[in-house]
Amino acid sequence: MLAATSWAARLRSGLARTRAALGGGLGALFGGAAVDEPLYEELEAALLTADCGVEATRTLLARLRERARRERIVEPPALKRALREELRLLLAPLEKPLDLTRDRPLVIMIAGVNGSGKTTSIGKLAKWLQGQGRSVLLAAGDTFRAAAREQLVAWGERNGVAVIAQKGGDAAAVVFDAAAAARARGIDVLIADTAGRLPTQLHLMEEIRKVKRVLGKALPGAPHEILLVLDANTGQNGLAQVRAFDEALGLTGLVLTKLDGTARGGVVCAIARERPVPLLFIGVGEGIDDLRPFDAAEFAGALVD
Amino acid sequence: MNYNVGHDFSLSPVLDNLTARLARIVKTIRGEARLTEANIQDALREVRVALLEADVALPVVRDFIAAVKDKALGAEVVGSLTPGQALIGVVHRELARLMGEANVALDLATQPPAVILMAGLQGSGKTTTTGKLARLLLAQKKKVLLVSCDVYRPAAIEQLAAVAAQAGVDVFASAAGEAPLDIARRALEHARTRYYDVLLVDTAGRLAIDEAMMQEIAALHGALRPVETLFVVDAMQGQDAVNVARIFGERLPLTGVVLTKLDGDARGGAALSVRHVTGKPIKFAGTGEKLDALEPFHPERMASRVLGMGDIVSLVEEAHKKVDLEEAQRVAEKIRKGKGFDLEDFKQQLQQMQKMGGMASMLDKLPAQLAGQINPAQLQDDRQLRRTAGVINAMTPQERAHPELIKASRKRRIAAGAGVPVQEVNRLLHQFEQMQKMMKMMKGGNMARMMRNLKGVLPGMR
Repeated sequence: MLAATSWAARLRSGLARTRAALGGGLGALFGGAAVDEPLYEELEAALLTADCGVEATRTLLARLRERARRERIVEPPALKRALREELRLLLAPLEKPLDLTRDRPLVIMIAGVNGSGKTTSIGKLAKWLQGQGRSVLLAAGDTFRAAAREQLVAWGERNGVAVIAQKGGDAAAVVFDAAAAARARGIDVLIADTAGRLPTQLHLMEEIRKVKRVLGKALPGAPHEILLVLDANTGQNGLAQVRAFDEALGLTGLVLTKLDGTARGGVVCAIARERPVPLLFIGVGEGIDDLRPFDAAEFAGALVD
Repeated sequence: MNYNVGHDFSLSPVLDNLTARLARIVKTIRGEARLTEANIQDALREVRVALLEADVALPVVRDFIAAVKDKALGAEVVGSLTPGQALIGVVHRELARLMGEANVALDLATQPPAVILMAGLQGSGKTTTTGKLARLLLAQKKKVLLVSCDVYRPAAIEQLAAVAAQAGVDVFASAAGEAPLDIARRALEHARTRYYDVLLVDTAGRLAIDEAMMQEIAALHGALRPVETLFVVDAMQGQDAVNVARIFGERLPLTGVVLTKLDGDARGGAALSVRHVTGKPIKFAGTGEKLDALEPFHPERMASRVLGMGDIVSLVEEAHKKVDLEEAQRVAEKIRKGKGFDLEDFKQQLQQMQKMGGMASMLDKLPAQLAGQINPAQLQDDRQLRRTAGVINAMTPQERAHPELIKASRKRRIAAGAGVPVQEVNRLLHQFEQMQKMMKMMKGGNMARMMRNLKGVLPGMR
């Protein structure tokens, strides 16, 4: 399992920042002699600093205290293992593989706020799918932002992936054409890009519902997956984004991007607690191969290394 | 658009926030004359949670709480305010002070061309902001040139060109095959020889820990000698804002910050983190996707937003001033004696509400949490208030005292008398019934307190 080890290494390096905050503080802490109040306070600070949010942090610490009592944990290193285990338990429900066998063409619709990394993630996702032996077609559904279409087309040319795009026109029309093209060409997976939008822009939320409806008309059962792309830099608003897009579209999964920076992506803890939409992929680098399926144990391990 | 607590923001789902929490605590520490360690402890804890939920970075929260405590202890609780409200005042003032006293404008006083360098993480909104700034400067009759040094992201150069066309300004052509430093030098030369007033330089998004990229932007800064170096920050950014801002601030002599995507429902605590770490003023706020959606930043409004509160202090004061205390006490007495709250009292309340400036002005002052609870469909506007009062006027005194008497034929008569459909009479009676229930629950409280507990005066509130 060479790939697995290299992935683990990548995750660790990708989450290095998280670890630096959590681990840096924790490493020193766990070197201490006893499990006491200052230790719990530091743990709380570490979780908060990783964007886990106030409620999720409270929940995790309450469970950790309970476990420490039950299992009579007195050594700081054992407490660290216990926290890792609690994190894993919290995040485990988010683990879900992408099922590619359901339908052909399988239609994946991408949504998210401005600048979360939708188009870049689509590129990586297309590569990943090709690696799984699937043929891929992209629909340039972001007809709003300047040069968004050019961005996707440029990427498609560089990587030999066909892109359906229209000059002007609306997103629904583009994805409708793309769905017809995907069927005609016998494509395995169609990925539909959409323009970035904030959930407070109600007309744009209505527009993206239309994109979904039109996909359903073009291909019965489509879109099969509706993924929200979430920037790991996002704070507690990430949870609001998941709620709003889930209510508007019925999300089937999340993609967490930009974990190669200094952000920790702890907001997934808040999401796991309040709105457990599966986290299908995490983006851990600029490279095209740096999109990986989410593994709760690995993520938890990397958070509290 | 106003990024305080406008209606757009108030209608979005907002989590349980500071004001709602403090409202609960406020009750417990009523009637004390000074702020003490003991009576502000709970409130400070809630302030801490609220700031964390607004994504203010933890170290910044700690410093802030210490500062507030320092300022608050021993402070006198003036007039009709409770210690909790007085504390909110201190928190708010301190927050606004830390955000920056007043708006700071761009400083382009230099030998033209004045260069503005944009920097930030991927997806923070640099290119869009560049276009917005170009438009703003164009409106000030400046001759503006844009250039993109983003040779990495596909079509980034095309994006800036499209934005420039939308803004109606010139763009210096660059290509993905060139070195950013070469592009910058040539653009500067071009701007100089063609007598441009301002050169706006867009750059690629970069991670603060990407050493090569950070060196690149430092080199760009060295070559361009910009008069303004603006750090672009996403209002949705979380705890890490503090780290990113620190590293950018160490590598580049920043002159200001632009906070983007403030039209979303993020509370924008990153603003405070960035301001705290860099010490640089936040000069602009991006409030929409259109090119004119860039506003001068107002520290005061942002403080309210981070705290999730409207202008509650002045609302409380206003309520106190305008509400007819005698009338209020009469109703309170009535309720205390066990006699029911009747339609006459209901009418009085509606009239008191009008005195306070009506629905629209109340809504503006309400914190987001409370305003968010108002169902817009149920919301009565001022005209509706007058109509409701009209319906009550069409009733006999006996009916007002005993609304249960009002059956179908009386309803028809009242409706005809008030000139409204029967449904409107029904709706009023239903509303009154709900209100009566609430009054029963609050039995024993005094009217002034009810007035402060705004749910008592807003029939549209759930």
